[in-house]
Amino acid sequence: MTTYSFDAVIPIVCVILAGLVVMLAEAFRGRGEKMPLGGLAVIGLVGAAASSVLLWNRNATSFGVVTADNFALFLNLVLVAVGLMTVLITAQTADRDKLPAGEFYATALFALVGMMLMVQASDLLVMFLALETMSIAVYVMTGIRREAVNGTEAAFKYFLLGAFASAFFLYGVAFLYGTTGSTSLDRIGTIVASQAMAPNPLVLMAVGMLLVGFAFKVAAVPFHMWSPDAYEGAPAVVTGFMSTGVKAAAIAGFTRVFLSALEPMIGYWAPALWVIAAATMVLGTVVGVQQTSIKRMLAYSSIAHGGYLLLGLLAGSDVGKASILFYLAAYALTNLGAFGIIALLGSYSRDNDNLRDYAGLWHSHPVLATLMALFLLSLGGFPPTAGFIAKWYVFSAAIGAGYYWLAIIGFLSSVVSVYFYLRIVVMMFMTDRDARPVPAPVTGIALAGLALSLAGVLYLGVLPSQVIEWAQASVATIF
Amino acid sequence: MVALGAVVGLGGLVISGLVGPSNPTPEKEAAYECGMPPVGDARERQSVKFYLIAMIFLLFDIEVAFLYPWAMAMRDLGWPGLLQITLFFAILVVGYAYIWRKGVLDWGPESDPDYKHAPRPGPAVIKRYRYGTRH
Amino acid sequence: MPIGYYLALSGVLFAIGAAGVFLRRNLITLLLSVEIMLNAVNLSFVAFGRQQGSVDGQIITFFVMTVAAAEAAVGLALVIALFRHRESLNPEAFTSLKW
Repeated sequence: MTTYSFDAVIPIVCVILAGLVVMLAEAFRGRGEKMPLGGLAVIGLVGAAASSVLLWNRNATSFGVVTADNFALFLNLVLVAVGLMTVLITAQTADRDKLPAGEFYATALFALVGMMLMVQASDLLVMFLALETMSIAVYVMTGIRREAVNGTEAAFKYFLLGAFASAFFLYGVAFLYGTTGSTSLDRIGTIVASQAMAPNPLVLMAVGMLLVGFAFKVAAVPFHMWSPDAYEGAPAVVTGFMSTGVKAAAIAGFTRVFLSALEPMIGYWAPALWVIAAATMVLGTVVGVQQTSIKRMLAYSSIAHGGYLLLGLLAGSDVGKASILFYLAAYALTNLGAFGIIALLGSYSRDNDNLRDYAGLWHSHPVLATLMALFLLSLGGFPPTAGFIAKWYVFSAAIGAGYYWLAIIGFLSSVVSVYFYLRIVVMMFMTDRDARPVPAPVTGIALAGLALSLAGVLYLGVLPSQVIEWAQASVATIF
Repeated sequence: MVALGAVVGLGGLVISGLVGPSNPTPEKEAAYECGMPPVGDARERQSVKFYLIAMIFLLFDIEVAFLYPWAMAMRDLGWPGLLQITLFFAILVVGYAYIWRKGVLDWGPESDPDYKHAPRPGPAVIKRYRYGTRH
Repeated sequence: MPIGYYLALSGVLFAIGAAGVFLRRNLITLLLSVEIMLNAVNLSFVAFGRQQGSVDGQIITFFVMTVAAAEAAVGLALVIALFRHRESLNPEAFTSLKW
């Protein structure tokens, strides 16, 4: 009889319970009856955040497969922020877009469960289950507007390539299981390290398969084809959710697997990852410049940001890992803010996602235009915003690890990307509005969410030292 | 053995294809349906309800598969095992309650509260009458 | 039977599935291809488990089957939703987004 410790799963359980309660409430809701389902979701998320804070520095593990080290807890907090922002924005857009609110919150919470389990998993099988929990929920969210052919089509493409990638990931797990007899990351790490000099060909294949699987999930070039379509077709709220949450969880899993269990094989996977990271940064930027749909443009921008994150992963040092955490926090707040504004400006019949729709936004929505400009500047990496510190941190980690060329490519592509972020800013402030309909005014709870997100972006940009310290503490205790 | 099996199996097919006489008639080409002339297209369209039920079945059927290993090891797992399988089922019951309340298990139009506002049958329903006996 | 045979079969099945995802022109067949890939992996899990004399491989297969069922359910639901829009199962019919 083993004793059970439930500590490490408490944050996850909070979110699961919230999801189940929302689902039941939606099922037993009378026709036309209003229920504060978003409030239920918020309670669950706050519980997850509180328990994550309480577990800080305790390195709890449950069942030998779920760990609550600081790395995971830091990302849990980022994911909770992603969830809260999504709920706040949805509270305003759900009725307008005729989204089924109960189902939306429930699937969002289940997706968050998958993400949190993914960052906390210390066993490859659990990581696979988490990956699928997350992915399946996000497929559903992408296609949640069944009457919109775009959304359904995007969901199917995302589903098909996502399932394809999962199969690759699983095949990699199978090879590792075959060579080491275990799916636990610790055990695999020990055995792989002992044969690092003359690796088993199966281990090499496993590394390749896992690389493909993760590269799909983080939308790294050559495996990025799904992401512009999925991002464009999904409702803007969902795009914000998946471009931040899914990316954070996938990068976290990527980091954990490749920098702990497969670290001894770094000589084999680092060159491949070098090429992937460089291609991701360059293609994300170059293709992003040509887009006319703002959602598609931000999709390519998000691909490029994935490339910068891979830079931190490749650096592999403690600075590199800490820079990944900081970058994810900064990127999540910024991107959610930007997609939140896009969501708020849309209407049921039109997405309002063409670049021209943003012409003269300053005249009709001065507050939103200012917020959007700040979020875009942060995405482009301008100082006093979070994006600047995050990029600087990642590039310095890469230079510290000797990846000079990659840092230069990253720097150049980030300079080019400034062009398309600024294009929107110029459009909003300096172009006159044409005959297009003016979007509806935005009030209330969603604006509060955006303001909080902006506060976070500016805080991380002006006074980053505290959060950087936390990020460094997060990686000090693990792998 | 494998080679012998392959030779016997494939050989029969190949030789009868080469040597046997072939004079097809429409009757011979037709699909065999209990000696009667075939009626309509075998791929007649069914109500989407069937797909929904099939999907729900697919999920709950697989979940039941977890009961068998638990039943085999029930005594070894003891109370913690019982607790875990109960939790597992509690979560499934939430899903079950959801589909029940959402009306997935209700058949026929009269049990559908949306019936009066239901969209008119689209092309998928109308095409169904193009084939078969219901001309 | 040595494990190599099982692994070769599993590899061939996986390749068939992967090729199917890119080559077939029917949404349902695409779903089937993905399922073939997952089941190819299941085969290698069971083979590896047997080689090591443990039941872990078979237990993992159980989980994978469950995941595959959940995935298939969502996939079929999406196919039905798509079919209602376009009355077609041909991927070429769905081009409102650049592919």
